[in-house]
Amino acid sequence: MSTASASTLPRPSDQLAPGQLQKMLYDMILIRRFEEKTMQAYMQQKIGGFCHIYIGQEAVAVGSISALDQADPQKDPVVGGYRDHGFALAKGMHPNYCMAEMFGKVTGCAKGKGGSMHMFDKDRGMYGGHAIVGGQCPLGAGIAFGIQYEEKDGVVLCYLGDGALNQGAFFESMDLAAIWNLPVIFVLENNGWSMGTHIARGTAMAHDLKAKAEAFGMRYAECDGLDVLATFDCFAREVAATRNAKNPQWHRGDWDKLAYHRDGNANGPCFINVKTVRYQGHSMSDPQKYRKETGEVENAKSRDPIQGLVRHLIERGLATQEDITALDEKAKAMAAEAVAFAEASPDMPASEMFTDVYADVYGPYIAGGLPGIVTNKNSGQ
Amino acid sequence: MSERKIQYREAIREAMQEEMRLDARIFLMGEEVGEYNGSYKVSEGMLEEFGPRRIIDSPIAETGFAGLGIGAAMYGLKPIIEFMSWSFCLVAADQILNNAPKMRYMSGGQFGCPIVFRGNNGAGGQLGSTHSWSMESMFSSVPGLKLAVPSTPRDAKGLLKAGLKGQDPFFSLESERMLGMGARGRKDFSRYLHDGDLWAPPENDADFTIPLGLADIKKAGKDCTIVTAGRPVHFALEAAEALEKDGIDIEVVDVRTWRPLDIETIVKSVQKTGACVVVDQSWPFASVGSEVVAQIHERCFDDLDGPVLRVHNDDIAAPYNRNREQDMLPNARKITEAVKAALYRA
Ligand SMILES: Cc1ncc(C[n+]2csc(CCOP(=O)(O)OP(=O)(O)O)c2C)c(N)n1
Ligand SMILES: [Mg+2]
Repeated sequence: MSTASASTLPRPSDQLAPGQLQKMLYDMILIRRFEEKTMQAYMQQKIGGFCHIYIGQEAVAVGSISALDQADPQKDPVVGGYRDHGFALAKGMHPNYCMAEMFGKVTGCAKGKGGSMHMFDKDRGMYGGHAIVGGQCPLGAGIAFGIQYEEKDGVVLCYLGDGALNQGAFFESMDLAAIWNLPVIFVLENNGWSMGTHIARGTAMAHDLKAKAEAFGMRYAECDGLDVLATFDCFAREVAATRNAKNPQWHRGDWDKLAYHRDGNANGPCFINVKTVRYQGHSMSDPQKYRKETGEVENAKSRDPIQGLVRHLIERGLATQEDITALDEKAKAMAAEAVAFAEASPDMPASEMFTDVYADVYGPYIAGGLPGIVTNKNSGQ
Repeated sequence: MSERKIQYREAIREAMQEEMRLDARIFLMGEEVGEYNGSYKVSEGMLEEFGPRRIIDSPIAETGFAGLGIGAAMYGLKPIIEFMSWSFCLVAADQILNNAPKMRYMSGGQFGCPIVFRGNNGAGGQLGSTHSWSMESMFSSVPGLKLAVPSTPRDAKGLLKAGLKGQDPFFSLESERMLGMGARGRKDFSRYLHDGDLWAPPENDADFTIPLGLADIKKAGKDCTIVTAGRPVHFALEAAEALEKDGIDIEVVDVRTWRPLDIETIVKSVQKTGACVVVDQSWPFASVGSEVVAQIHERCFDDLDGPVLRVHNDDIAAPYNRNREQDMLPNARKITEAVKAALYRA
């Protein structure tokens, strides 16, 4: 769907009530304030490992997730890469659990076993941040396969970075989603960089990513990921067009006529190119030498997604400056509370070391773990 | 005594540079190796020296570029394929385990595969379970490849140069935690190195290599043999200090390459000491550690005063939590305990 024709369509965001718009604004501010605290805590070495900041990309998570079913968070699952704090929070994960996880605390969403790159929240339909680039793509297809198999009407959002476009796992997942017409949307968070590699150096057809979808006969859409309402509009339409995707191979027969999901009318999977900008380095340890002169962050900041929605609300009288200040105060308080909660929580205890390895435990995993030395007494592993 | 100050990462770079100057068929390919100067600065300055034809930034496409390297090696080039971390090579497992080590055999000797795969191995520091792989055990079981886990700048350079001069697929498992090691010259445990020169590689000696399959006794001793490689060599040397206070004198055998394994040096040491602990930074089950224990029991049963004990990563995925990650890994305390247990002095 080209942006030109999209602009002539009615905008789904016009139907949003002021309360819903304010909620979207709050969700974006919360991510920003939360990530500011994350950076601070990382600097203070309270957070370790690799830590990827979501600032700048808030509208991607919030615009897309706001277009999912709001009543039942498990109905429309999300899964993604390691830059996951943003879509974890937007999906409804409590900031306390997210921050505590990064502090390695037992109160974190994964008990301190996962860390920044592995946010999971089953109750919220958050199937995880995944740290191997592209590794989430087959998972997204698989969750969609489950939905289709059970004849439910959920839609999966599978987030990936532009660097993941070059992984075999991405291509194979696109193919599977296309041949079985799975209810999944591959959400490209296109910030133009994979670490220090510009998208044009790593991806063929970077100037026209529609080609990636066309190669699989898949629907393509794109939107401005610095504009949360444009992102919401795009996702509202595409989510509707992905729901209830039917598997053409559930009917055996004329294989050469198997192209019906490509006719543009039947619901099916989609590839959405969301153009965004990461304000920070790739991770907390990236000095960004490759990017000094581009000016892209300054340009993006002049179209900052949060400021954009603030302007929209004020200009249309949908919120007052006081409302906005109150939302920001609330977000700041939540972020501060998350840090306080994480600080006060106990470390992941040694007794958790050997738990969660198996569901049906045996041997060393029953007793809660063995010492590190393998002797003839405990080598029955 | 060498006074050379050279980091582990610089030693790896030096090996690549020297061999690339000698052999125009060698190129380096990997993520961020060029314009970014290497995500861990191992290849810093190499784009400057060799240009973009030979220092090649690849997209995040490990199956593609690892396999491309294998094809290029079959054709006659000598690729160095860098994995930013060995943890990321698993998406390319078919290429590096199914193609590279078997090509010569499958083709009845027609196509060799002289290729070097290298990158960071082992837990980095709270990187979580997918990013903390120690590959030595899984990979070493595959015939057709050679695999080194260097513990000093000297070994890193000498082994990599040997790998680059060789004709077989060579896997260099470097340690992120040791990349900056050696920055302060002959520091740390150099007093234990039986020859002070063994910390830093020689300067201006392009012919210097370390043969693959030759263990190095990092510290001689008479009471108990420690067999290990890579970063745990330093934990073993640290344990040696602690044990010295209890009057226990350990011998640290650094195998340097798990495949080929220098079992003769290990056997000789165990025959001398009569006790042995194997330290291996991968998981215990079906590991290089268990393989060495099996071979020692086959060869030294009558020389041993008790069973050979092992120190490994705990048998779990790496936890993110800082303290628990440390608990999970081999360390000097665990080695000290194991030695005392092996000597019945616990
Ligand atoms: C298979 C694999 N190779 C390499 C890496 C190291 N790595 C982590 S993130 C990254 C860059 C990814 O960039 P992109 O997909 O654009 O996502 P962004 O960071 O921009 O969100 C790289 C190379 C990895 N995690 N997995
Ligand atoms: Mg990117």
